[in-house]
Amino acid sequence: MLKYTFRRILVAIPTMLILIIISFLLMHAAPGGPFTSERPLPPQVLANIQAKYGLDDPLYVQLWEYMRGIILHFDFGPSFQRKDLTVNEIMAQGFPITFTYGALSFLTATLIGGTLGIVAAIRQNTFIDYFAVGVSIGAQVLPNFVMAPLLVWLFTLTLGWLPGGGWNGGAWQNLIMPVIALSTSYMASISRITRSSMLEVLNSNYIRTARAKGLPERTVILRHALKPSLVPLISYLGVAFVGMITGSVVIDIYFSTGGMGQAFVNSALNRDYSVMMGITILVGALTIIFALLADLLYAWVDPKIRY
Amino acid sequence: MNTTEVKGRSLWSDARRRFFQNKAAVAGLTALTIIVLISFIGPYFAVWSNEEIDWDVMGSAATLGMPSFENGHFFGTDDLGRDLYSRVLQGTRVSLMVGVIGAGISVIVGTIYGTVAGYVGGRTDQVMMRIVDILMSIPFMFVIILLLVVFGRSLVMLFVGIGMLSWLDMSRIVRGQTLTLKNKEFVEAARATGVSTPTIIRRHIVPNLLGIVAIYATLLVPAMILTESFISFLGLGVQEPLTSWGALISEGAGTIRYDTEWQLIVPLIFFVITLFSFFFIGDGLRDALDPKDR
Repeated sequence: MLKYTFRRILVAIPTMLILIIISFLLMHAAPGGPFTSERPLPPQVLANIQAKYGLDDPLYVQLWEYMRGIILHFDFGPSFQRKDLTVNEIMAQGFPITFTYGALSFLTATLIGGTLGIVAAIRQNTFIDYFAVGVSIGAQVLPNFVMAPLLVWLFTLTLGWLPGGGWNGGAWQNLIMPVIALSTSYMASISRITRSSMLEVLNSNYIRTARAKGLPERTVILRHALKPSLVPLISYLGVAFVGMITGSVVIDIYFSTGGMGQAFVNSALNRDYSVMMGITILVGALTIIFALLADLLYAWVDPKIRY
Repeated sequence: MNTTEVKGRSLWSDARRRFFQNKAAVAGLTALTIIVLISFIGPYFAVWSNEEIDWDVMGSAATLGMPSFENGHFFGTDDLGRDLYSRVLQGTRVSLMVGVIGAGISVIVGTIYGTVAGYVGGRTDQVMMRIVDILMSIPFMFVIILLLVVFGRSLVMLFVGIGMLSWLDMSRIVRGQTLTLKNKEFVEAARATGVSTPTIIRRHIVPNLLGIVAIYATLLVPAMILTESFISFLGLGVQEPLTSWGALISEGAGTIRYDTEWQLIVPLIFFVITLFSFFFIGDGLRDALDPKDR
């Protein structure tokens, strides 16, 4: 286990470095520098500004400084467009918001999806099962950017129950629609995965043994079937987490919640490269850490996986 | 018994028979065919082009822009008074093209990469798969957006971005399948009779992979369409006057508070039907080609 952990971390580190290098090179491949504007600056002023930001250094020095800043001080440098803010400050504004509804969506998707899948498997070929399968097939074609406008249409424009957007300090009325929109398609996948793995477990020999020795059905399911049937879910949770972070871009834009996604798209439209890079790298780091945790958890739970 | 000749049934004719017995898959195939036909033949019946602005409607799209046959806007108009019928058909072509090309790239690159890694094995395999592992943990959606912003938004850049992301899963699946195939007797026999490695891969490994590649490619098309729609929804995909489902859904979503539901519903119907069709066809193919259920 220790060796596996070590090897797995060894893969995570170069991944992180590659991501930083890719985003850095992409930024420098962009036509025009951050200080190119419609009114060209006098060459002396431009040179001074570039010297201040270290942009006159050779590329590898800049890359080295950038990476050092991130790794040692978690410093992503200044924003090129909003000059009074650093990238860190912009991310710090958005991250708590994204994290709040992201985590809530993650919990919702896992709890409802998991429960639905388990109940469907236990009551296979009954109405509940058909309902769960129907929901999970239907929700496949309802990604967040389809759910968001449909929810606003229903809850805000038709029924008038919920505000159509805004954050409002995270009031529950403002959270409902983002969480539903973000979690629906993942809930569907989670319920499908749980249902099929639960069915497989329920048909296995040791469950037959447990039933044969006369255990009540409740004990069979809770004590013997539940835990192994959740194992395949673990590797999916990493994917779901990444999907929700990515989906936050849509949520932030459509509901104006002001999370990191909004900062990302705004900086994409304003060509604020340092903010884009900062967010890409932060999301990348979260992705890699989450994938790492999921893999380790998987190996810990299921000894067969160790390789 | 006087049958003179018993006709052998090949794997593929068996699979075809099973596929056409699957009602959902046939329905999916029919719906998809209809959508493709509409998107290519439909423009000949359009009254308005996708760029033309109907000045009579502009400014009062909510009342005059409703779907109607009288003024030639079969699906209504968008907020600027452009004909939604032409725009949806044009967006359908773009979205389908993105899906098919993305899946195509993944089939070609993923199959070659996966078979080579799986068949050669050893250290080569380890290095190649480690590269896939690393690429897989990069948040590609963000990198694609970065790419589109840095190099300018264009269809080519969109394909480059989507192509980079699409082949990873495919190569893993193909590699796994190759690993089991390469120890089968017929491959061993080929090797024993001195067939060269490239020929073994081409003649013996790849044909046996086609089934699983076909299944997975069908499921990749909707995944690619979803990716493209996501990017277009953010306004970072194809550029006007070209459009795509994501861009149309985004427009419809933006104007929904002005009582112009059709601007959201029409592209959404095309989007949903197509995705369902691909999922059902993919499931049908899996049932038809997967040897486990035989």
